[in-house]
Amino acid sequence: MTHAVLERPDLKSLFNILQKAGYTTIAPTVRDNVITYENVTDQSELPIGMTDDQKNGSYRLKKRKDKSVFGFVVGPQSWKKFLYPARLKLWEAHRNGKSFSIAKPENEEKKLAFIGVRPCEMSAISIQDKVFLKSTFVDSAYSSRREQLFTVIVNCTEPGGTCFCTSMDTGPRAKKDYDLALTEVVKKDQHYFLVEIGSDQGKEIANKLPLKEASEEQVSEADKRLNEAARKMGKALKTDGVKDLLYENAENPHWEKVAERCMTCANCTMVCPTCFCSTMEDSTDLSGEIAERWRTWDSCFTMDFSYVHGGSIRNSSSARYRQWLTHKLGSWQDQFGTSGCVGCGRCITWCPVGIDITEEIKTLQECDSRKSKSN
Amino acid sequence: MNTDPMVPDLFRVQKVRKETLDTFTLELSPKQKKFRFEPGQFNMLYVSGAGEIPISISGNPNQPESLIHTTRAVGSVTNAMRKLKAGDYLGVRGPFGTKWPVDKAMGDDVVIITGGIGLAPLRPAVYDILAKRGRYGNVVLLYGARTPEDILYPKEIMGWRSRFDMDVHVTVDRAAGSWHSNVGVVTKLIPKAPFDPQNTTAFICGPEVMIRFTTQELKKRGLSDDKIYVSMERNMKCAIGFCGHCQLGPYFVCKDGPVFRYDEIKRLLEIREV
Repeated sequence: MTHAVLERPDLKSLFNILQKAGYTTIAPTVRDNVITYENVTDQSELPIGMTDDQKNGSYRLKKRKDKSVFGFVVGPQSWKKFLYPARLKLWEAHRNGKSFSIAKPENEEKKLAFIGVRPCEMSAISIQDKVFLKSTFVDSAYSSRREQLFTVIVNCTEPGGTCFCTSMDTGPRAKKDYDLALTEVVKKDQHYFLVEIGSDQGKEIANKLPLKEASEEQVSEADKRLNEAARKMGKALKTDGVKDLLYENAENPHWEKVAERCMTCANCTMVCPTCFCSTMEDSTDLSGEIAERWRTWDSCFTMDFSYVHGGSIRNSSSARYRQWLTHKLGSWQDQFGTSGCVGCGRCITWCPVGIDITEEIKTLQECDSRKSKSN
Repeated sequence: MNTDPMVPDLFRVQKVRKETLDTFTLELSPKQKKFRFEPGQFNMLYVSGAGEIPISISGNPNQPESLIHTTRAVGSVTNAMRKLKAGDYLGVRGPFGTKWPVDKAMGDDVVIITGGIGLAPLRPAVYDILAKRGRYGNVVLLYGARTPEDILYPKEIMGWRSRFDMDVHVTVDRAAGSWHSNVGVVTKLIPKAPFDPQNTTAFICGPEVMIRFTTQELKKRGLSDDKIYVSMERNMKCAIGFCGHCQLGPYFVCKDGPVFRYDEIKRLLEIREV
């Protein structure tokens, strides 16, 4: 049975079964006028009948006309915050006389189940896997969380105003790396989830769910909605040759134009599901007996980020914006064999001045300095 | 070595030696008797309560019983480090990064060009080359300092100068009348340095502006870009390619560097604020 159906009333059993299997269930819920991912124990806490209206620099939560459970796009925060926490204690040092001892904190990692992962976000998790698990070194904190993760995708039938996953080949339908994938279909007389199984542990959970065999019509209805979704992307980005474009246009005057708008606030890096930069914070207690090192998220938009004795390497906002965009779409490919962008559109929505990554690339493509050289 | 590369090991301070007005050398003894490293690599040094910074190793790779770092007191961590005394402890993570191509350079003349504190990360390469002296052609050290008082390791430089199998040329930016040697930038020493440009490997460590002018001069002598190696400096927090701070174009200086073949990074050095 590759295609099965979970009826809407049975969605609660997905939570129950995962919890019985020892998972802490994390899912979308409404908080502070946005949809965020939190510890959700019951399906009733999901954003039922809610949607989000997203534009450049704008996000508004609205009521839907129907009772869709996953009828929205993505909120400001991604799943990154669970696998790669914004603050993490790396170790603690205790003084004894002139010496001191250093020890890692004992972390009992909970088994997490993510319910409602968008296909673009699953791609983002796979990209961070490459960064933290498949580079020269392995990040032990990430690895212990990731190994135990269970993922339930919800494919996208209604892309948002800043979405461009089709350009990045990450959606609207998840292709791999997941455990279970759902496609929600809401019709007048029907409300169901088409279920696809992506892994052995996905199969194990699926076997315990009250699934029914999907009718041909139910499968084709879901397919139809996903195909339609692919045509309704709010944005598009032409990725052909984008790495070379960025490498060859490092001195393009256009960066100055972006810098006139960019506030270097770092919002784009905080909401990005793949941005992985961090810094270290050392703290000591008042007695001087205990010191701690914390790893916290950092951003290439700050001055401190590139500081070496004497000053920062990237002083100007144009150099910092260029670093971010060139890394995200260009040098990321050299480093990890993949683009660093999944087309989720968060950086566009949450930019306070609405700078649009797809527009900036388009402009660079139009004013490519290689063109003017050959003329 | 700790199993987690983010958790430091404790090393006991054996000695803190003042070098010049603003530089000093830390001699550390490893717990596990030996600390093996390659010339050009660096460690992350942690001073309790002050913080952690990358410092290149400047000791002898063939004498792993003690771990030596020379650094300049410029920030809060290095200033706290300067105040350490024998018997104190500090945290060490490493060694990290790429090495000077001491093996690849065998059979070639080797020209080492550096200035100020830049001699510290190159000293392990000098030790290693001199230990296998017969396998290299001419060995040349061109070294620049601000003033005669700022010359790092002066006694050792004197010792190298007195060898018949090594050419050492020192220059200073400015000096009083008692200085009877070269005055001017280090690049001025390149045109007359005794090496065969067709069979030479160059090692450079210094600020980026110095690297730019040095590579230009070497090019004038006929050295090709793939025979020039440079050590780069960037902000580093983790040293294992995760924190992102040390990025130089597609490279993480902590693990793809700090020693790069010049032709690999030439494009990047031409870009402003990269």
